[in-house]
Amino acid sequence: MTVTYLDNNATTAVDPRVLEAMRPFFCERYGNPSSMHSFGGTVARDVARARENLAQSLGASAKEIVFTSGGTEADSTAILSALATAPDRREIVTTRVEHPAVLNLCKRLARDRGYVVRWLSVDRQGKLDMDEVRSRITDNTAIVSVMWANNETGVIFPVEEISEIAHEHGAIMHTDAVQAVGKVPMNLEASQIDFLSLSGHKLHGPKGIGALYVRRGTRFSPFVVGGHQESDRRGGTENVPGIVGLGEAARLCSEGFADHVATMRRLRDRLEQGLMATVPLAHLNGHPEARLPNTLSIGFEYVEGEAILMRMDVKGICASSGSACTSGSLEPSHVLRAMGVPFNSVHGSIRFSLSRYTTEDEISYVLEEVPPIIRGLREMSPFGREYLSAVCTVQ
Amino acid sequence: MRTIHLDHVAASPPLPQVVDAMIPFLRERFHNPSSIYSAGEEVTEALEMARDRVATLLHAKEEEIIFTSGGTEANNWALKGVLQANRSPVKHLITSSIEHFSTLHAARSLEKEGVAVTFLPVDKHGLVDPDDVERAITPNTALISVMHANNEVGTIQYIAEIGQIARKHNIPFHTDAVATAGVIPVDVEALNVDLLSLAANAFYGPLGVGALFIRRGTKIAPLLDGGRQERGFRAGTENVVGIVGMGIAAAIASEEMDARIAHLTPLRDRLIREVTGRIEEVALVGHPTRRLPGNVSVLVRYVEGESMLLFLDMEGIQVASGSACISMSLKASHVLLAMGIDPGSAQGSLLFTLGSENTNEDIDALMNALPPVIQRLRDMSPLYKRVSQFKPAQPKLAVAGKEK
Repeated sequence: MTVTYLDNNATTAVDPRVLEAMRPFFCERYGNPSSMHSFGGTVARDVARARENLAQSLGASAKEIVFTSGGTEADSTAILSALATAPDRREIVTTRVEHPAVLNLCKRLARDRGYVVRWLSVDRQGKLDMDEVRSRITDNTAIVSVMWANNETGVIFPVEEISEIAHEHGAIMHTDAVQAVGKVPMNLEASQIDFLSLSGHKLHGPKGIGALYVRRGTRFSPFVVGGHQESDRRGGTENVPGIVGLGEAARLCSEGFADHVATMRRLRDRLEQGLMATVPLAHLNGHPEARLPNTLSIGFEYVEGEAILMRMDVKGICASSGSACTSGSLEPSHVLRAMGVPFNSVHGSIRFSLSRYTTEDEISYVLEEVPPIIRGLREMSPFGREYLSAVCTVQ
Repeated sequence: MRTIHLDHVAASPPLPQVVDAMIPFLRERFHNPSSIYSAGEEVTEALEMARDRVATLLHAKEEEIIFTSGGTEANNWALKGVLQANRSPVKHLITSSIEHFSTLHAARSLEKEGVAVTFLPVDKHGLVDPDDVERAITPNTALISVMHANNEVGTIQYIAEIGQIARKHNIPFHTDAVATAGVIPVDVEALNVDLLSLAANAFYGPLGVGALFIRRGTKIAPLLDGGRQERGFRAGTENVVGIVGMGIAAAIASEEMDARIAHLTPLRDRLIREVTGRIEEVALVGHPTRRLPGNVSVLVRYVEGESMLLFLDMEGIQVASGSACISMSLKASHVLLAMGIDPGSAQGSLLFTLGSENTNEDIDALMNALPPVIQRLRDMSPLYKRVSQFKPAQPKLAVAGKEK
């Protein structure tokens, strides 16, 4: 059975060109870039090129890139660095809808180290209240950590504007841009963002590699310590194939950026309109416009998300409920709850996330298969009667 | 030009079987193991198989293996995580003065946070005396961390004995086994360790992946907060490709370890014999017998390690001086200094680390290339000229380059 993969916010397939770029570094070019001999030296040049490619795609300079083991490590590095370099500032400003890598770290910092965390709320469409943002950031704020785009709903936050407010108060601005890189245009040089986290496997690069952008001149305290790699900012022998893969993935993302975004948006909109038109009691989670071009989160009332996923899996369709990182739990999504999405819609929420490789045929297939799945499940559901009467009222 | 790689401590070529096993997980089997659909579950199965293989290598239980981004993260985590999980207001850490930077710098950053740290001395062979460990223990000792073997000088520590002491005093014991796991037998039961770090590349696995063994019941806080991967011990989407590769490398290492040791040991001993016997004023560093099978670490007097390394590189021979991690700094190795070697002599450090693909012919080639390199550098050295004025000429050196 062919698989229709619409879970690209969870992870993406490595681009074949990325794989080809990585392959020699698994085998014959296994040298250590820190070695003094030429075998290591030539590898160091490829690492430098990857760093340059990644920097370019962000509108940054190569010196501002620190490779990490992934987005989670980049998030931890950014937040802990900001706290370590401003020990007198005791407050963290972040949102209620961050990825667990930021959310759980902030909770632990509050619990174990006495930091005050100012949790920013979002409205029904997942947007921040800028008045609240302004009132929460003070001269006691060490770091403002606001994701560029939400992984579950795709809602985009005005991080550039927030970074200006952070700087007015001398606070460091961090953004978890794991979902945004490759889907949102970026020019970090022109922004006031100090730290930006990204991950290779969300942009058709490999897993196990990510990076932290560190604005030139930003106070920095390393998190993973050891050797002198990454200009003393991250110890540990470089994951060379991973770095080369991430560099190539970033280059490919910027190469056809406008086309990729236009394709994803067109197909996503088609999927959205198609599902909304054929499935009753379905609601869009998140803002219709301020949203990643590839993400569609829909709450289907009177049906369990997990059940939909299972039925879709049988048909070869991969999507998710909430985020992959929390799917081990049966708790409803913290993002949708923070948005005030009603209980029965939270539980029936499905996230479809497209990639630049998603095709018209795949969308047609999903539009054909998903509505009957939901209808079937609703008819079986203990809420079925309730659902039927609700449908009758609506129609 | 044929190149000869005698720098396995810096990098080892992943085995072809390892690479072949990894590639499918980049494209066809790229799914996120945390996903609930069947493609994600299949990836989870591959992860668990790798975990089982790494556990077997260490004689550990599957649930005691947590994958990391490498040895450095594992060492950072062991120290910071155990110290953080310890709620006592006064905390003490015991480690050695020859640890890898990932342990040493983690210990120093804990020191800045108010943890008392004892850096144990070593003897001239680079050995930590287990009695010193016992004497350093205080009622506040929260962790003992001593590396299994030092990759720079090859000395294998008395880990089982130190582990026994730690256990007697009920103190968690960590060992950095990056240089030994997959290379010589490492049995977490026999070694009496509670935590053990390893890295896949040390046994022909990929870069960017490692693991921390955490004995069941050991109290440790996560280093990386976030998602619930690795049963909540280590957040972040799993490096599936790396982990699968590490699993295959571990399985092959379990199988081939005896043969690899039998291959490396005579090569090592031959190189030690020849490099110290055929070139004057070259001394072996580290222990003569408690030594990693592929490790030959020497001091060459009156010559700088970096210069020898670059000349050998021109002949297509890759070696190291000090560890690769410090090669960008020109400071003398902290390991050599801790062993009582003076900073001047430490500059002449040369490190050969042999691997499976090395042969007697490689040793021949090295022993042809090295003596003239050393002679040439010594001829340029003002210090050597001063010393050699008072010595008779050394005929041994003059002919060494022409042999074979």
